[in-house]
Amino acid sequence: MKKTMYEKIWDSHLVVEAPGQAPLLYVDRHLMHEVTSPQAFEGLRLANRKVRNPHSILATMDHCVPTKDRDLPIADPIAKKQIETMADNCQENGLNLYDMKNPNNGVIHIVVPEHGFVHPGMVVVCGDSHTATHGAFGALAFGIGTSEVEHVMATQTLPQMKSKTMLIRIDGALSKFASAKDIALAITGKIGTAGGTGHVIEYAGEAITKLSIEGRMTLCNMAIEAGARAGLVAPDQKTFDYLQGREFAPSGENWDKALAYWKSLPSDEGAEFDTIVTLNAADIEPQVTWGTSPEQVTGITNVIPAPEDFDDEIKRQACENALNYMDLKAHTKITDIPVDLVFIGSCTNGRIEDFRIAADITKGTKVADNVTAIAVPGSYHVKQQAEDEGLDKIFIDAGWEWREPGCSMCLAMNGDELTVGQRSASTSNRNFEGRQGKGGRTHLVSPAMAAAAASAGHFVDIRNI
Amino acid sequence: MEPYKKHESIAALMNRSNVDTDQIIPKQFLKKVERTGFGIHLFHDWRFNEDGSDNTDFELNKPAFKDAHILVAGDNFGCGSSREHAPWAIADYGFNTIISSSYADIFYNNCFKNSILPIIATKEQLASLMDEIAANEGVRFVVDLENQELTTPAGNGFKFEIDPSRKENMIKGLDDIGLTLTHIAEIDQYEEKHKQSYPWLWA
Ligand code: SF4
Repeated sequence: MKKTMYEKIWDSHLVVEAPGQAPLLYVDRHLMHEVTSPQAFEGLRLANRKVRNPHSILATMDHCVPTKDRDLPIADPIAKKQIETMADNCQENGLNLYDMKNPNNGVIHIVVPEHGFVHPGMVVVCGDSHTATHGAFGALAFGIGTSEVEHVMATQTLPQMKSKTMLIRIDGALSKFASAKDIALAITGKIGTAGGTGHVIEYAGEAITKLSIEGRMTLCNMAIEAGARAGLVAPDQKTFDYLQGREFAPSGENWDKALAYWKSLPSDEGAEFDTIVTLNAADIEPQVTWGTSPEQVTGITNVIPAPEDFDDEIKRQACENALNYMDLKAHTKITDIPVDLVFIGSCTNGRIEDFRIAADITKGTKVADNVTAIAVPGSYHVKQQAEDEGLDKIFIDAGWEWREPGCSMCLAMNGDELTVGQRSASTSNRNFEGRQGKGGRTHLVSPAMAAAAASAGHFVDIRNI
Repeated sequence: MEPYKKHESIAALMNRSNVDTDQIIPKQFLKKVERTGFGIHLFHDWRFNEDGSDNTDFELNKPAFKDAHILVAGDNFGCGSSREHAPWAIADYGFNTIISSSYADIFYNNCFKNSILPIIATKEQLASLMDEIAANEGVRFVVDLENQELTTPAGNGFKFEIDPSRKENMIKGLDDIGLTLTHIAEIDQYEEKHKQSYPWLWA
């Protein structure tokens, strides 16, 4: 039978399918951060259970960590306790933790690939919905809840229902300045935030093959914003080249064995998907969200829609609510929306490539009056690399803040946040009400678009600069 | 876990779609290291005014819904972050049943781990339930998990679908980990095979 990549990974990880019970899937890698794990460790302790395979786990601290004055104690006592609990739990169970002071520290989904901890064909979980990021390597990677974190620690397996498969094919080549982020937003705009519910998406087509590994991570990262459990890209030479030589990548004889296996993973020619969606890459212009859901998005040359533009009653109401919350008027040109704060970072766009393109656009400009611009590298390695290339200077000279790594403004748990009514251009992944601070208004964009907005003080079509 | 069999309760109405987990439990409350005590923060930003008083415009603050254990809400409930704090807050607040036309995947899974029954209705069924509550706030519904049936005074009830293994676990209040550990021999066996097939993962 012809199989999709998802089916191949599923079949090879099926431990047991007992009648009347959900199939048990084996888990190869388990990623962890401080917010969704403490109650799982507590559960293990209470039940007198042990971590089955400590080597399958890599942990970091990212959500609550300060991005400046790292050497001072954390001011928020509850955040401090969470950080300390994480350190204790990891130590007690012999887990590999990149704590705040560790040179490998950073946002979990940035750090893990940097060390080659995820390979094609693996099943990877984390108590975090953006685990989908690792699908960029052709691994089945998905977010789980805290009870499931505990379950995986205790059993190295997870009861799972099989997902449906969705193929999203992006034909043709992207235009200059359109990026993986724009593809991700355009997809969410097209199929909606519930469009992928119950599915695992496989991204394919010329535009996807041409993306760098970083770009593929950005794309898969936002599979969850389209409602999907996971996103996948078939591994190819770029994937292998990226992995080779990294700390946890196979080496020597094992490399050859692994490579042969990885090459067998792509979906068979003619394998059937439950749903197929196609987009034309040339049609994807730089995207900007205008509402409070990632599906409320449009191209930079467009205007904000009006509630009447939607046939569906629910969408009409959602548009009205969003315009209200965002304090925007229908039919305003996207390029006329002003911004107060610009944030480049997060597990979506906090990689070296993102800072390179943003620096390119920032070079020789100044941050507009009344705009605050913050660059938060996804990890210490990204930060170091950027500094080696002199990118930090470009940002600082232009009036940006150059921070320490962490989730920061992506979810505003660490004290970096918007104030009521403040409007951001942000390279993160969610624009929900209050996501970046209560009453804050978020517009999701690519790093290039964010950088351009910082100097202009409003959104601009980067294709014209 | 608390077994779930049959419940009768007031049904509260939340006629909003795409209710995301950032709203269910805003992130400033995620820093706790315990599992309990999240109920007082449920829907915090909608539920309370700036000064901490109750926002009387918020639907769940209506006196008629005060003792509701059933929450009837719009499409795509629980989208966004995977935080299990969302179902913890919902359960801790007092809900044990949600009825909507669809849920985000992770949230849906998380419900079962916390003795919350997420019932899936068709859009039409949901609309009738919403109309019934709107016309008669404080109305009581009966949820019978064993027979997979919802009944309402106005006759808008229906039979609902649920995965048989999940139903069984919920009715018996079985803990997932305990259940999986009954397969420990198979897991050991699988792992041996896994080491042979993918030696680089164990190097
Ligand atoms: S950067 Fe944002 S989306 Fe990514 S893990 Fe951190 S909080 Fe989650």
